[in-house]
Amino acid sequence: MTRLALEGIACFRGGRLLFEGLNLSLKPGEGMLVTGANGVGKSSLLRIAAGLLAPAAGRVVRDGAVALSAETSALDEDQTLFAALAFWARLDGGDDEAVAMALAAIGLAQLAQVPVRLLSTGQRRRATLARVIASGAGIWLLDEPASGLDAASLNELAAAMAGHLAAGGVILAASHQPLGLEMREFGL
Amino acid sequence: MRAFAHGGAWLPLVFYLLVATLFPFAVGPDAALLAKVGSGALWTAALLAALLPVERLVRPDIASGVMDQLAIRGQSDEGIAAAKLLAHWLSFGPLLMVATLPAAALLNLDGPTLTRLEIGLLLGTPGLAALGLAVAALTASLRSTGALIGLVMLPLAVPLLIFGASSGAGALRLLAATSLLFVAGAPFVAGAALRAGRT
Repeated sequence: MTRLALEGIACFRGGRLLFEGLNLSLKPGEGMLVTGANGVGKSSLLRIAAGLLAPAAGRVVRDGAVALSAETSALDEDQTLFAALAFWARLDGGDDEAVAMALAAIGLAQLAQVPVRLLSTGQRRRATLARVIASGAGIWLLDEPASGLDAASLNELAAAMAGHLAAGGVILAASHQPLGLEMREFGL
Repeated sequence: MRAFAHGGAWLPLVFYLLVATLFPFAVGPDAALLAKVGSGALWTAALLAALLPVERLVRPDIASGVMDQLAIRGQSDEGIAAAKLLAHWLSFGPLLMVATLPAAALLNLDGPTLTRLEIGLLLGTPGLAALGLAVAALTASLRSTGALIGLVMLPLAVPLLIFGASSGAGALRLLAATSLLFVAGAPFVAGAALRAGRT
């Protein structure tokens, strides 16, 4: 049963206390949108949820695998898009089919054989999301997933997120822009 | 667990051969002298050549988000470091050993000296790789490292240099011991450094 809970989380960055006493609970099929001004700690919150950053206080309860989509794509520049995604999919216990389905879901299927370094900014963003989709993880942590995406891609992103929630997954997303999906909001 | 080995791998090899080529010009054509100092010269060249790839070992993977993604998937930092150590050694160790054959000819080294040198490189280059990896992980969060990598690595590598170039009886065993110590310790040092640098 996929679950994500943050209990009494405090975050200390650069000598400043960004937030404290933060409580958040997501059950299967629930998504939450974290909003707030720049620098208020949205990315830090996601990193704490991912386990990459230790909270100054509180604890994180994670049931299920985690997939994080952040600023960097973490895809090998010299490989083709398909091969680069397949590397991560294999680590996640998936196969080529999972990669193909993820590429189709995000509308990048026709770019599968293009080297990653030739992709545009928006395409890289979508490739990062394809990596999240292909991972098969229950918990999606998305940091500004909509940045750099055009209208058609935004629709595909919303569809992919809705599909994930419908399948019992959990999403915690930080975004300035509306994601086209009904989600509870959490203001930092 | 996959280890990353990117292009630019010819640089240590070319550097090593360059030094081996330049040394006879600098020291003069005295064959006996060259044979005497050749071993030491090649060890120094190997040490300096091992410095060259260090900057690219860890920082690019942190910058591209690969380290974060591996950590999220539960890969241990020490495990990642060990895989990188192996890949780093493979990228220059065997190459230097092969290049030592023509280099030995340039420096007029005889058979036994060459054999001893090759065994020494086989034992010592893993230690150099370990040092390089640990220093790369420790300096990964710094903006521009410049000469810092060399300054930190070279003093630590001096034992390898001394034991490797020495023709004493127990030198190879001491070399193996030092190298083993570095190889055993580096994944833990690098793992801790990766964790500490993670923000």
